[in-house]
Order: sequence, then C-alpha cells, then structure tokens
Amino acid sequence: MRTLIKNGHLIDPANNKNGKFDLLINKGKIEAVEPKGKLKDIADSKIIDAQGAIVTPGFCDMHVHFREPGHEYKETIQTGSESAAAGGFTTVAVMPNTFPVNDNRSVTDFILTQAKETSNINILPIGAITKGLKGEALSDMGELKEAGCIGYSDDGRPVSDSEIMRRALEYSKMFDLPCIQHSEVLALTEGGSMNEGVVSTELGLKGMPNEAEDIMVHRDISLLPKTGGRLHVAHISSGGSVDLVRQAKKKGLPVTCEVAPHHFTLTHEACRGYNTNAKMSPPLRTDSDLELIQEGMRDGTIDIIATDHAPHDLVDKQVEFSKACFGIVGLETALPLTLKMVDKKIISLEKAIDMLTFQPNRIFGLDKGTLGVGKAADITLFDDRKEYSIDPSKFKSRSKNSPYKGWKVRGKILLTLVNGKPVFQSK
Amino acid sequence: MTETAALSQQNIITTKDLDAKDIETILDTADSFKEISTRAIKKVPTLRGRTIINLFFEPSTRTRTSFEIAGKRLSADVINISGAGSSVVKGESLIDTAKNLEAMSPDILVVRHNCSGAPSLISEFVNCPVINAGDGMHEHPSQSFLDLLTIREHKGSLKGLKVAIVGDIAHSRVARSNIQAMQTMGMKVKVVAPPTLIPVGIEKMGVDVCYDLGQGIKDADVIMILRIQLERQNQGLLSSLREYSNYFCLTTNHLSNVSDETLIIHPGPVNRGIEISLDVLEGPRSMILNQVTNGVAVRMALFYLLLGESDANPN
Repeated sequence: MRTLIKNGHLIDPANNKNGKFDLLINKGKIEAVEPKGKLKDIADSKIIDAQGAIVTPGFCDMHVHFREPGHEYKETIQTGSESAAAGGFTTVAVMPNTFPVNDNRSVTDFILTQAKETSNINILPIGAITKGLKGEALSDMGELKEAGCIGYSDDGRPVSDSEIMRRALEYSKMFDLPCIQHSEVLALTEGGSMNEGVVSTELGLKGMPNEAEDIMVHRDISLLPKTGGRLHVAHISSGGSVDLVRQAKKKGLPVTCEVAPHHFTLTHEACRGYNTNAKMSPPLRTDSDLELIQEGMRDGTIDIIATDHAPHDLVDKQVEFSKACFGIVGLETALPLTLKMVDKKIISLEKAIDMLTFQPNRIFGLDKGTLGVGKAADITLFDDRKEYSIDPSKFKSRSKNSPYKGWKVRGKILLTLVNGKPVFQSK
Repeated sequence: MTETAALSQQNIITTKDLDAKDIETILDTADSFKEISTRAIKKVPTLRGRTIINLFFEPSTRTRTSFEIAGKRLSADVINISGAGSSVVKGESLIDTAKNLEAMSPDILVVRHNCSGAPSLISEFVNCPVINAGDGMHEHPSQSFLDLLTIREHKGSLKGLKVAIVGDIAHSRVARSNIQAMQTMGMKVKVVAPPTLIPVGIEKMGVDVCYDLGQGIKDADVIMILRIQLERQNQGLLSSLREYSNYFCLTTNHLSNVSDETLIIHPGPVNRGIEISLDVLEGPRSMILNQVTNGVAVRMALFYLLLGESDANPN
C-alpha cells in the first residue's frame, strides 16, 4: 500500500526543493516527489493531508546519549528513540560513553540488537577513540566500523594526549570516518561546573574558561595537515573556537563542527539560582559567545545542529550544583529552539532544515536526510506556526531535565515517519 | 526591645537579596540585643519554645558556637548536627536530610556546607527559614553583618567608608557577602591580592582591584584581612606562603602610612604571621574580638527577625 503526503510545503535541501510538493511513499521508500497536484490519488493508497504543514527529511542528530547499556534509569535506547521521534528525529548517533564503553564489537552489537528490538528509528553507534575512553590506547577502529560504527569519539572526555590524538586522526583515515572531539583541556577545567566569568564568581563556583575549549580546538586543527584525518568538533560553545574553525576551513582543512541548541539560546546567566538544569559541558557561556556562535551559524562555519541529548534523573540533578551531572534533554526542544534562530534572522528556515538533515549526513557520509526518489521514507511533518509553552513533564524521554520549562516557542512536530511508518504522531 | 521592622526576605542566603533597610534593621536589632550578653544572667525568653537546627556539614568552631549561643540566649532549643555525625555519611542526599529535619518542625535551619548553593537548594525544599552560615566559595551573610556592625560602632555610620579586602578573594565567601552588602550600604570596596587569587569578572561586581598591599590600603577606613589557606600553594595559585607573606602580610610598617583611625578586621581563624603580623593582630586597631562578640548579637537579631515580630514575644 502506498502513502501520499499531499498539500504540504516541502523543504528538501539535499535536492534543492522548497515549495508545494506532494510525495508518494511505496514499500518504505520515496517513490515520487512532484509539484502539488501532479500525483494522482492512487487507488487504496493512504492519504496524509499536509495542508499547513512543513514536510522535510527526518531530522538527524549526530550527538545523543541514550545511556544504554549501563545507565538505563536515565534513558534507554527505547525511551531515547521515543524522545527522538517526538522531536522529529529519525536518525541519531549514540555516543560511546555507556557502561561498558562502546569500544569493541560486542558492545556495538548489543546496541544494534537493542535498537532492532526496541527502537523504530535509525540508531547509529559511535565508537570510542580510545579503549575505555581512557585516552591511552586506540580502540580497534576497524572492528568498530565493521560492527556498524559511523565515527569515533571519546565524548564526555577529551583525548588529552596530543600523541594519541595525532595517531587517532592518522589511523581513522584508513576507515574514512571522522574523529569527533569533546574539546576541553582538563587542566583548565578541573573542579569546574560552569563557565568562568562574573556569574561563576558571584555564585562562588569554580569556572571553566573558554580557553579550555579554544586550546584543544587549535591543537586538533594543527594536527590535521600532516595526519590527513577528519576532525568534527562536537558541541562548539566558545566564540574563539568558532573563529578557529572558520580560519581552518578557509585553509581547506577537513574540519566540521556542530552546535547544540542550548549554546545558541542560553548564556551562563541561566545558572543563577544554582539551576542545575543549566549545568552543561561545555558550559553555557557569555552574551558575546552567543553572538559569535550565531555568527558562525549565519556564515556557515557551523555545519550542523546536534542536541547533545544528555538525559539525567533527578537524583543526578536535584543536588548541590557542583555535584550535579552535566547536560540536558535535547531532542524534544531542538526544532522550536532552532526556529528561534530563524525568527532572529540568523538563518533561513531552509538553512535550519539543512543543518538538521542533509549536512549531518554529508559529514558522516550517510544516505539519509534527503527526500530523493528511491531513498528511505524518513520524513518529518511539523507545523511551524503552532505556538505553545515547553513542558518538560510531557517529554517522552525517561528524564525531564530541561532549562526551557515555560519557554514560549513555535514549531510543533505533527508526524514522524521512518521507512514510511509513523513512529510519532501528535495528538 | 523596641518595635522591629520585618525583613524583605524569608531566608538569609545571600546579601544580594537584602536592601539597605534590611541591613540597617539587622544591625539596629543586633545593637539592641548586645546588652543581653553583658548581663550576669544572659538569657531572655523571646524565642522560648522555638527550635533551631544548626546543620553543619563543614567543620566550624566560631560560627557554630556563635549561632548556638545566640539561639540559647533567646531561650530557643538549639540542636547541632555535624556532617560527620549525620546520615550524609550513609549516603543520604542533601534534600532528603533537609526534608527529614523539616518533618520534625524546626523553626529555623542554619546551614553550613562546602558546596556553593547548598543552603539555596535546601530552602527550595523546606518551609522554615534557612540561614546560610557559609556555603563553599559563595557567601557567609551573617559574617558580613557582624563586620558591618563592628565598623558602624567605631565609625558611627557606614556610608562613604572605604574598605580594602586583602587576601584570597577567589575562594572567600566572606569577601563576596561583604562586597555586596558594603556597596548596598554606600561603602567603596577595593580588593587586594595577587592576580591568581582575584576571580575573573570581580570588577563587574563593582570593586577596584589592586595587586599592591601598600597602595591598596593607603586611604582605607577599614582593612579586612582574609585567611590564606595552605592548599592554595599546591593548586599553583601561590608560589609559597613565605612569598605571599613577603607581599601581603599586614605589618606595622604598612600601617605607618595609614590613619590611626583605620580599623583592622579579620573573619578568623587567623594564621598568625602569615596574613597578619602578631603586633598588628593584637594592636589597638584590631577589632577581631569585637567582631566575635558582635557575631552573637547579629545572629540573635537574625533569629528574632526571621521568626517574626508578631509571634515572637520580645519580653
């Protein structure tokens, strides 16, 4: 049975489409995309009337933490997938800082088996750069790729040793997968729990300075020409790092970067009152960083939006600020927060969709994020005008840690399809 | 006791929350309570039947004793709980500890904790007033009030006075509480320390920054010396205590260029000969023991004001 999505406004940056198009799905794949009205209603096909809705490729988040195996009380592959689908995401890349760490085939196999059994979205594992995320010895990158990993990262921790990072960039070249760095010089952030600045000084909290990020971004970029590896800078947060990436790109170096919605919508002011839902790593920074991040989105230095979805239970958040875990639930607020950048005229709606769909797939060499004929029917429909206020208690994620409670936003996911099948439908 | 005005705040967590009227009310009330401590029978029935819990997760002699005496002189029942003796060592969370204590209906919780923000967190989960008795590197409001009371007693008023705070500004909760409260009272604050002990962005809190002790205290009406801790040396913030002393230990030499009227205060405990020389410590300008005496009065005032004038009977 076919499905016809008609009367919608289709935005498909991968194929340069932006306008009134109808879309036909057959056997989980996109069979045709034609201007509105051109596709005749086919007998016994299911019709989805997308009047008033935006139709895009399913969103892809290259940076999530689904906590399984090991910390299932925070999130599982199942609950994380439900959260993703509710946020319009059809593909996510899961970071390897699970317990045990995803640094070998057996853990990757487990993740993919769980995904097959409990998730109906596309789960792409990221393998560790070093065994146990210890930063000491390279993981078996070939085996990880064969098992299904699509990139390498020690996320949550940086690869501190320059020699190890050099070798990681060299060795990963053999498998043509990027190294994703959580850029942080630990010596500069030890004991820190928020951005270093006037707010950390007033609150009496140890700060994490911008330079901790900038220095490592600079180091990793310096390692690129000789190694020929590919560097993807995770969750860029400091204005200085944006400029380092910009300069490196001008030189034609193979570097890309992502930004999380909280780093383009919030500053360290959100930590006041010891709000642990504003405790992130890298931390929320200053107004000036926020502007430079937005400038990086505007001029294309920042390639993609990735949420760094980091669910934490209340037992890890309702504690003393310095003892609280870093991170927030990201998947279910990504679209409305991104639309705020459209409202501010930082990026166009088409660019926003590009950063959530085609660009991540381009960087990771994947075949998703497109509405091309013959591709998997991973599709998101949303109402970009629907206004509401964010209520974390309604999140599908197992955790509810979000600093956006009560925010007035627009942009509501109506329907998420994976391989043509609904995985989320708004009530 | 004359009639007292209530405070604008239900909790005493940070001096930033308090306006000049609040601080004046606290100081005036403390002033009127001072006399009680000079009596042979140092006890009034004001808070009879009230329960105050001192919840101290961090070691303290002066502050805990001061809060305890303050409560007892007002006839409140004071219970002391220390971190080592509490269920925290069994892994209980801060919120659970606070909720369990609250279930026993205390009238005030006095909290000291090594994490900045801990009293603020507790105050969100209990209904009774919370007094911050020092949280991490954040604040120590009652220390600031006793400093201000001591200064006001000797200077007559606070407005326009110049204060130099010398020492480990970065890690000092006393400095933060005072920087805010003193500016609220119209005082001018300068911080004096090596750059490694000056926190980033402190000038945005309205203070001047100086790296030279002599320059820093030159025209000060009040010099506040902070305790320097040995571990700063291991953190790379100091080369050695010896070198710190060479540049920042307040000695009679420094005071030769300073007015005789200048007061010297220190929140204690003192490292004799490290941040302040023995002769200055025990000299005529030193107000250190007056501060301790005023500490009891200030804490009596806080208890009284937080428990409300309506149902606390001052007689």
